[in-house]
Amino acid sequence: MTPGVPTEAAAVDAQVLPIASDADVVRVRQVVRALAVSAKLSLVDQTKLVTAASELARNTLVYGGGGTAEVDLVTQGVRRGVRATFTDEGPGIPDLELALTDGWSSGSGMGLGLSGARRLVDGFDLQTGTGTSTGIGTRVRIVKWAR
Amino acid sequence: MQQIPVLRVGDALLVSIQIDLEDVTAVELQAALADRIVETGARGVLIDISALEIVDSFIGRMLASIAAVARVLDTETVVVGMRPAVAITMVELGLSLTGVRTALDVERGLALLRAAGAGA
Repeated sequence: MTPGVPTEAAAVDAQVLPIASDADVVRVRQVVRALAVSAKLSLVDQTKLVTAASELARNTLVYGGGGTAEVDLVTQGVRRGVRATFTDEGPGIPDLELALTDGWSSGSGMGLGLSGARRLVDGFDLQTGTGTSTGIGTRVRIVKWAR
Repeated sequence: MQQIPVLRVGDALLVSIQIDLEDVTAVELQAALADRIVETGARGVLIDISALEIVDSFIGRMLASIAAVARVLDTETVVVGMRPAVAITMVELGLSLTGVRTALDVERGLALLRAAGAGA
């Protein structure tokens, strides 16, 4: 969907973290922060990535009914970055365009979660399915590169 | 379970958030703070977020709603100590913390409360 999210990039130290509680959201933030430091992202870029990860992890928990975050270091040529993939098996997002609009929210947030997270990262890819009554869930993959 | 101490300093309440905040803790803080405002008759609330590594849309919304609740209870709120990287990220995220007063540090925050007649 959006260029810049490597699917075949060399991944190092992949970790899969459960997202089933508020404490898990905090844990995701901490792991993403540690990887951002080791990929030598600047402090501002670390903060942007961790903030985006926090928004998406909360979406996974609140709207997706829980799921996982897979976090790894990626390289593309000489570039190093951090990739995070949030997956749930929730109801999916019926109107993607609307959900990516600033100010729109179906829940308790401020409607900045998805659209805001997209602005904070270098690559953003979203797959969602609402094919059946139970849905096939949502997967959001983000990447942030060291400058 | 996480807990955030609320300290009394003169006529003000001081809240220093020193942990990586879970959403549920932020909600509990709002309720605890409203109770303490009524209990103590505090005229000002100072929230020190210098240890916070991020302010995302949920935490931002909690800060705004804490300030709004405090205002209804006749109390001024000042959020102090935001890190520069947090400020940059928050603005890019689209959060403006409308209605929340800010100051660079605790000392300036207390001065702001004093000037508003709500100080320590």
